[in-house]
Amino acid sequence: MSVLVDKNTRLCVQGITGSAGGFHARQCMEYGTNVVAGVTPGKGGQKFDEEVPVFDTVAEARAQTGCNVSVIFVPAPAAADSILEAVDAGVELVVCITEGIPVMDMMRVKAQLRGKPGRLIGPNCPGIITPGAAKIGIMPGYIHKPGNIGVISRSGTLTYEAVWQLTSRGCGQSTCIGIGGDPINGMSHLDAVKLFNDDPQTEAMILIGEIGGAAEEEAAAWIKENCDKPVAAFIAGATAPPGRRMGHAGAIVSGGMGTAAGKIDALKAAGIAVAETPAAIADTLIARMKA
Amino acid sequence: MNIHEYQAKELLQRFDVATTRGRVASTPDGAEQIACEMAPAEVVVKAQIHAGGRGKGTFANGFKGGVHVCKTPAEVREVASKMLGQTLVTHQTGQSGRVVHKVLVAEAAHIAREIYFAILLDRATAAPLIVASSEGGVEIEALAARAPGKIIRERINPLAGLQPFQSRKLTKQLGLASSQLKAATKLFDGLYRTFTGLDCSMVEINPLVLSTDDKLLALDAKFNFDDNALYRHPEVAAMRDTAEEDPREVEASRHGLNYVGLDGNIACLVNGAGLAMATMDIIKHYGGNPANFLDVGGSATEEQVTEAFKILVADKRVEAILVNIFGGIAQCDVIAHGIIGAAKTVKLDVPLIVRLEGTNVEKGKQLLQESGLTIIPADDLADAAQKAVKAAKEKHTS
Repeated sequence: MSVLVDKNTRLCVQGITGSAGGFHARQCMEYGTNVVAGVTPGKGGQKFDEEVPVFDTVAEARAQTGCNVSVIFVPAPAAADSILEAVDAGVELVVCITEGIPVMDMMRVKAQLRGKPGRLIGPNCPGIITPGAAKIGIMPGYIHKPGNIGVISRSGTLTYEAVWQLTSRGCGQSTCIGIGGDPINGMSHLDAVKLFNDDPQTEAMILIGEIGGAAEEEAAAWIKENCDKPVAAFIAGATAPPGRRMGHAGAIVSGGMGTAAGKIDALKAAGIAVAETPAAIADTLIARMKA
Repeated sequence: MNIHEYQAKELLQRFDVATTRGRVASTPDGAEQIACEMAPAEVVVKAQIHAGGRGKGTFANGFKGGVHVCKTPAEVREVASKMLGQTLVTHQTGQSGRVVHKVLVAEAAHIAREIYFAILLDRATAAPLIVASSEGGVEIEALAARAPGKIIRERINPLAGLQPFQSRKLTKQLGLASSQLKAATKLFDGLYRTFTGLDCSMVEINPLVLSTDDKLLALDAKFNFDDNALYRHPEVAAMRDTAEEDPREVEASRHGLNYVGLDGNIACLVNGAGLAMATMDIIKHYGGNPANFLDVGGSATEEQVTEAFKILVADKRVEAILVNIFGGIAQCDVIAHGIIGAAKTVKLDVPLIVRLEGTNVEKGKQLLQESGLTIIPADDLADAAQKAVKAAKEKHTS
């Protein structure tokens, strides 16, 4: 077991004929992900790498290949439309890798997704991977190892750091979900925590957050009341100056809200083990699991 | 991105938001000319810099105050001549202050009441939110802490937009008279159209004033724009004033690098925003001080890394450089080529600590080893941070 994606995942790649889309589609296929379709408007009828059929619309891709998950590599100005297209086509899970989508576009996407069955991961995220089964995104596959730890993160490379620490210590991962660094995104920390809590394979969780917003606090409050699995966390940005955006559009402390200190306090109050440095994320979880 | 007060006024006028008459001048002659056109109205002359606290600031030439009310065009000319080309120091500018290149000459408002009114993006509900208070002219954070009951909140459905009934409700909640309903509704609607039309993450009017002759006017505005949406607002992007920014950040933005200047002495070059923040945090944890935040991005090219490295080396505060790369899409060998390329064109006289992991790590390490550069290699993140802190301390005392 794992969450959201596994060997049965049938993946569609939106933007498969672009340079980023093509490169990462190949990487996902090499990892063993079942890529069944690509979508690029105007290029329907072509084959990607003489193997994957390309369609003009996600609706056609879904009707003809039964794809149930879609990953988006479409440039930012058109990405919001691509998310809505995938959900409209009935795809169960949409993973949007694209960085730089205007927040006003995401606000409208989010409002239109309410009440719909399709889930969104991202945007501005590395994607999702169930080690040994399916890699949907841009993370380097080889740093992962199948196992029992669920990883949730707003960051890309910081997640690789944590995963590498786990793998180096012999701890595998059930699934790793990068929820993205934008102020408005699909799946939240809490949504992912609930999935891992219900997944019998997942024995413990790592939650990586950063300054800005209150998603980590929300997850912490729920964990305190509902989750018995060991959880370790790290919050990036304790040294970030207030009022400045730290690379991620959502990483900003404004009006004294969204500080690292506030998040760390909330996590600790919920009984979560918080790593003092980013180098100690795996060890902090391992110590908590033994306790 | 920040803009000047006169630019904010121009944007509000474009969306029919009532504000005081006013124009910008860059010479005392120009300022006097504007005042003549507005005569006999009393005008206010305001120094245009991005920092707050202008009214209580002092010029390096001894002239007090960056905001002056003037009764005659001749007086406007004199005040403008004391501001233009001079350095204004306020509590937000730091000791070095900012040079005033432009002054705003605007009609002085006779204020009966001050109101706070802002539209911002609420992350929790993923919707625009109006935050308002009948107590304007104060800092909203301070008011929220002191009297949370005085803050009014109104959520807007992003698909439907601000509804007229919401504006009427707000008008009454702010204690404005029935006779103001029409003007207030028009003004709030204009502000909402400004917010969405320009892809703002915040528009703050503080104060929104009711004048003694019963006019509602947006007196001062602060805008925050969504950088991701600037591509569809070239006229807003053109308002950027790089003279107001940290030169290191201006240079970095020219090369598409995410850079934030800080005060410490350990420069960082990292791929990914989360890891870049975490690298700063761990430097601090081991007793050091980061000189910057720098995310070269997931798909950094060799040229970008070279330019990034040049910015770090040019920073006089820097006494050690820490490169921390976890190659995913970014490949370690590309980063190594970029560093070697930079070292050829600039003289590196501070210790360089490099930690590489991930895609093509062996190739990257080999390239650096064969380059002849003096590099302190690190095994992992903790090792890298400790070595950087130690090297910076040694460099500082040497």
